[in-house]
Amino acid sequence: MTVILSYFNYWVVVLLMMIGFYGVIAHGNMDKKLMSLGLFQTSVFIMFISAGKVIGGATPILRDGVALHSNPLPHVLILTAIVVGVATTAVGLALAVRIQEAYGTIEDDLIGDPSHEPEEP
Amino acid sequence: MVVAIAIVHVRDLFTASMLFAIYSLISAGLFVVLDAGDVALTEAAVGAGISTLLFLATLTMVDRREAPPNSSARHHWLALAVVGITGAFLVYATLDLPEFGDATSPAQAHVGSQYIASTYDDMGIPNMVAAVLASYRSIDTLGEGFVILTAGLAVYALLSVPATRRRRRNGMGHRHE
Repeated sequence: MTVILSYFNYWVVVLLMMIGFYGVIAHGNMDKKLMSLGLFQTSVFIMFISAGKVIGGATPILRDGVALHSNPLPHVLILTAIVVGVATTAVGLALAVRIQEAYGTIEDDLIGDPSHEPEEP
Repeated sequence: MVVAIAIVHVRDLFTASMLFAIYSLISAGLFVVLDAGDVALTEAAVGAGISTLLFLATLTMVDRREAPPNSSARHHWLALAVVGITGAFLVYATLDLPEFGDATSPAQAHVGSQYIASTYDDMGIPNMVAAVLASYRSIDTLGEGFVILTAGLAVYALLSVPATRRRRRNGMGHRHE
């Protein structure tokens, strides 16, 4: 029981990562791929934050009556990672929009399919 | 996690975007539980807010429905097998990790405690995350700023093509579930 409790967080992280990974591999839609990549990313975030957690610790803000803090360094790292993640998502979505304009679809399998070429305006 | 499965499963991309926002909000709550208040704020604002906005903005320009899977079932089983093997290895690896919340784990034993001890004397502000982000590691944060600038330039470069090439897909908004 103790083993299960102490590793539960890691296993949730692994499961979330597997779901995201499966989405990236198995789905042809680029929008869906980016969402899956977001899931994958969040699993890594949770992993880092879990590593910084101390049982009985508090949010790393100094105040009276609190002696034990969780580790602030993973928090800083993940703060940066979240923002960078959104930046990369934005670039990916912009690419998807351009592919939509050029090919008329953002499905992997349909790109190059003549029936889905965009009709000229 | 149920929400995560739903995101990958559902084929309506609008529903998926909304579920993604819910998922971000839930993970923000999880970050609060794990003592990461600053991260939770950022996740709620950036993950649930800006990401969803970006996905929705994209949805106005692409098909709302994801195409039905036309690849064979073998393809999906292969993907599932790869994911399963990876996951099995990772679960095996977690057994080597320190116990959750252990105050003596390697992650806590190094510089973290020094930052906790000296932040107030060095910086004079009580929020350690802000102190590390903006003072001790300010050059890294500047680098983050460059990354965002680069991303912004890339998005601008991609989407600033002549307006004649830009057009909305016909039939948008006529699809109902």
